Amino acid sequence: MINFAMILQPVLGIVLAPMLLGVINRVKANFAGRRGQPVLQPYYDLRRLLHKGVVYSSTTSWIFKAMPVICLSAVLLTVFIVPIGCDKTLLGFNGDLILVAYLLGLMRFFLVIGALDTGSSFEGMGASREVQFSALAEPALFIALAAMARQTSSISFSGIFSAITPAVWTSNCATLLLAAAAMIIVLLAENARIPVDDPNTHLELTMIHEVMALDNSGPDLAFIMYGAALKLWIFAAILVGIIVPCGAMSLWLSMPIAVAAIFVVAILTGIVESCMARLRLIYVPHLLFAAIALAILSLVFALRN
Amino acid sequence: MSAVLAGIIFVILTGLISLFIRDGKNCTRFGAAGIIAGFIPVVIVAVNVLCSGAAISLRIPWQVPYGSFYVEIDSLSALFLMAIAVSCSAAAIYGCGYMISYKDRRLGVPTFFFNMLAAGMAMVVMARNGVLFLVAWEIMSLASYFLVTFDDEHESVRQAGWIYIVATHIGTAFLMAFFVMVGKYNGTLDFDRIGVFGREASVLFMLALVGFGTKAGIMPLHVWLPEAHPAAPSHISAVMSGVMIKMGIYGIIRTISIMPGVELWWGWLLIWLGIISGILGILFALAQHDIKRMLAYSSVENIGIILIGLGLGIIGIASGSNVLVIFGFAGALLHTINHSLFKSLLFMGAGAVAHSTGTRKMDLLGGLIKGMPKTAMVFVIGAAAICGIPPLNGFFGEFLLYYGSFAAILSDGVRMAVPTITAIAALALIGGLALAAFTKVFGIVFLGQARTAEAANAKEAHWEMIAAMWIPAGLCLAVGIAAPLLLPTIVRIVLQITPAVSGDISTAVSSANTIFWPVVISSLSFVVLAVTIAIFRRRLLRDRTVAQSVTWDCGYAAPTSRIQYTASSFSQPIVSMFRDILAWRFKTKRITELFPLQAQFESHTPDISSEYIYRPVFKWIDKFMGKMRWVQYGIVQVYVLYIAITLLILLMWKLK
Repeated sequence: MINFAMILQPVLGIVLAPMLLGVINRVKANFAGRRGQPVLQPYYDLRRLLHKGVVYSSTTSWIFKAMPVICLSAVLLTVFIVPIGCDKTLLGFNGDLILVAYLLGLMRFFLVIGALDTGSSFEGMGASREVQFSALAEPALFIALAAMARQTSSISFSGIFSAITPAVWTSNCATLLLAAAAMIIVLLAENARIPVDDPNTHLELTMIHEVMALDNSGPDLAFIMYGAALKLWIFAAILVGIIVPCGAMSLWLSMPIAVAAIFVVAILTGIVESCMARLRLIYVPHLLFAAIALAILSLVFALRN
Repeated sequence: MSAVLAGIIFVILTGLISLFIRDGKNCTRFGAAGIIAGFIPVVIVAVNVLCSGAAISLRIPWQVPYGSFYVEIDSLSALFLMAIAVSCSAAAIYGCGYMISYKDRRLGVPTFFFNMLAAGMAMVVMARNGVLFLVAWEIMSLASYFLVTFDDEHESVRQAGWIYIVATHIGTAFLMAFFVMVGKYNGTLDFDRIGVFGREASVLFMLALVGFGTKAGIMPLHVWLPEAHPAAPSHISAVMSGVMIKMGIYGIIRTISIMPGVELWWGWLLIWLGIISGILGILFALAQHDIKRMLAYSSVENIGIILIGLGLGIIGIASGSNVLVIFGFAGALLHTINHSLFKSLLFMGAGAVAHSTGTRKMDLLGGLIKGMPKTAMVFVIGAAAICGIPPLNGFFGEFLLYYGSFAAILSDGVRMAVPTITAIAALALIGGLALAAFTKVFGIVFLGQARTAEAANAKEAHWEMIAAMWIPAGLCLAVGIAAPLLLPTIVRIVLQITPAVSGDISTAVSSANTIFWPVVISSLSFVVLAVTIAIFRRRLLRDRTVAQSVTWDCGYAAPTSRIQYTASSFSQPIVSMFRDILAWRFKTKRITELFPLQAQFESHTPDISSEYIYRPVFKWIDKFMGKMRWVQYGIVQVYVLYIAITLLILLMWKLK
């Protein structure tokens, strides 16, 4: 049955996701000794972009125009699947974690061909790196999810998340910690964060995600930015789901705690970005191999019980 | 059954008649009409069998030792018959448009062999007698050889044909050995009376695996695929890659269903072969410059995915895990059908590109979406489907394999977990790399700016080619929506081919039968969301300026299309990451001046198995045979003497 929490859960993601970017930027500014932009700045940016016209390159085709719409729809759909501190979601089902991974694949497919549609070598570079790194992040994500599935005897996000209790933490902290560590690396890589990618530098030869959206403007750019925020929200929600023992709490306690934890993830991301330099591109695969290794270790521990 | 046989005979007859039609255009159209008309009763009967689940058969005695004309259509055969009918019909229609440029040549011969190929494949899946099976198998292999060598004025095509015919006959030799041994144990080769495999069951399985695996293109038996597919006309490549290599998969499944039991290590072997084929196949695909060669390697990858499914299924049988049996085999079967759709589509699309631009080199293309928007439309559907992108059909087969693996990790012990985890990790890596490979193909060939004048002036493909490509493209979309309705049928096929399943299977079956509904609900929600957002954007932009400009060029005044990222540069990071496995080589001139006038880069990825396994072996055989040349006199009488001596020796050996 549909209940209030199931309605509230996607609304939380849809409304709060851009604020994650604001929080990260604020943390980074504080670390740099600046006051920083307002936490709500991403919302202002989105509103400004939505009120603008667009410029299309004459090289582009309908793929370029369809790309922002399809990317945003795909990631929006995942918001309806991944639970936030609740036990059921509108579109969640047994096996939904496979669908979520592939919906993010759909988003990536169109983002990449949309970038190649411009015929710019910058966007080509970004696209090429995106597919390389995500091809390595994919096994890490799936193995970490398999470890969690084995640990909790469940193949859905809601089943996994609600099975995490303080008791599981005390008995199986190795599995959870290792899976979480792998997920953190996947989160940083998939969301184009330092040490994999630097979201602040436009038009550098080292760029991945930002450079793929270089030729988008107006509402299209707003959709892509908003989609990126939602993607960060989803990954943070998965990470929080496997760390925070929401399974033992009542719904009215677990939801606020989960949301707060998601913002803690954003703060941590900001701290990582402030303390680290971006890795050289040839070392990024090493980081992702480390994530795969952590995920496999996590699974080995999960198999023990 | 008689209707089906009449249909197949009709296909052969129209092929024969087309030999005598002089006008090239009418000839291919006549052959295509024959295929479509002949396959109509086949499809009707196949649908009937699939719905009712009851097999139909016909058995007529034959004088041939061990032979009988025994044919049957059960659900498994019916499923493959459907794929053959769809793929061959679409390719035949496509051929009408594609062959127009060859209209000065006699097109009766390729039309005849195309119809023979279609009929041969249909007979392969219907044959229930070893001898009949081998006859059908050879008709299929030889017909496809003559089709591969259609452009035989090119040296490379003759070479490709030579590799193909050697490879396919090595495969057939293994199958003959298989059937001879089976016949020795059972005294008959009718499939329903074969039940004894003796202690050599594993040997027999290996013989079948090598024989069928050569046709399917399992690494390292795949070497003929990347040679034959680019050489053949595109609708032939579409049929060969779409359905003919699946005859190898059919053979493996049929062997498993005939065998009374399976061994655990067979499953492991299939999984590892699947992983090797999958990962190396897609890596080689990424490294290719030729679009059809790339698609051929991608077929190797997809055969790998199917093998992983079969391996999981066999492990499931051997260790009594119902979930693995159902999901492994069902995933493999569904992926087989799906791949027959999108790979046919992609080969036809690649053919349309090669036809309009005169080149298959991706780095010489680009921007074709402007000249060939309809081809681009179907090609992007195929590319998305083969990456397993959700609303399309490719997702569902892979979903079953993942789901089965995940479910097996939960419910069964550690012993079960190791193969399934291996499968999950490999599938994830293959999926990620496939996305890289197909965004590259579509992005570099169809998007951006044209890199050459030929690409800039490309004209849309002939309407018959477009219409033909929409058949598999439409089915890719339709299967994506109708998957929940198809799955119970496929699960029923799995139950029929795996009689050895133990314990209570109903829970696994019922969970399989309902698993796709939520996925389809999500797909529909996705469509609703996308339409809503598109309408929202249109309303936003209604009164605003929508300007046209150039792609952002960093202020550089004279950008040319050669500045774009190429196919080679797009895949370079991944290829160089795996260069130790791929034997990737490149040549470049070191730049020394400050303002170099020219630079050079050349990369090349030879096939490791043909380079390091087959070439040395065949070289050695060549050398050895060279030494044996003294027995060859070229005089017929001497050869007759050889035969007589051989007979004498055999007789003496027998009488000893």
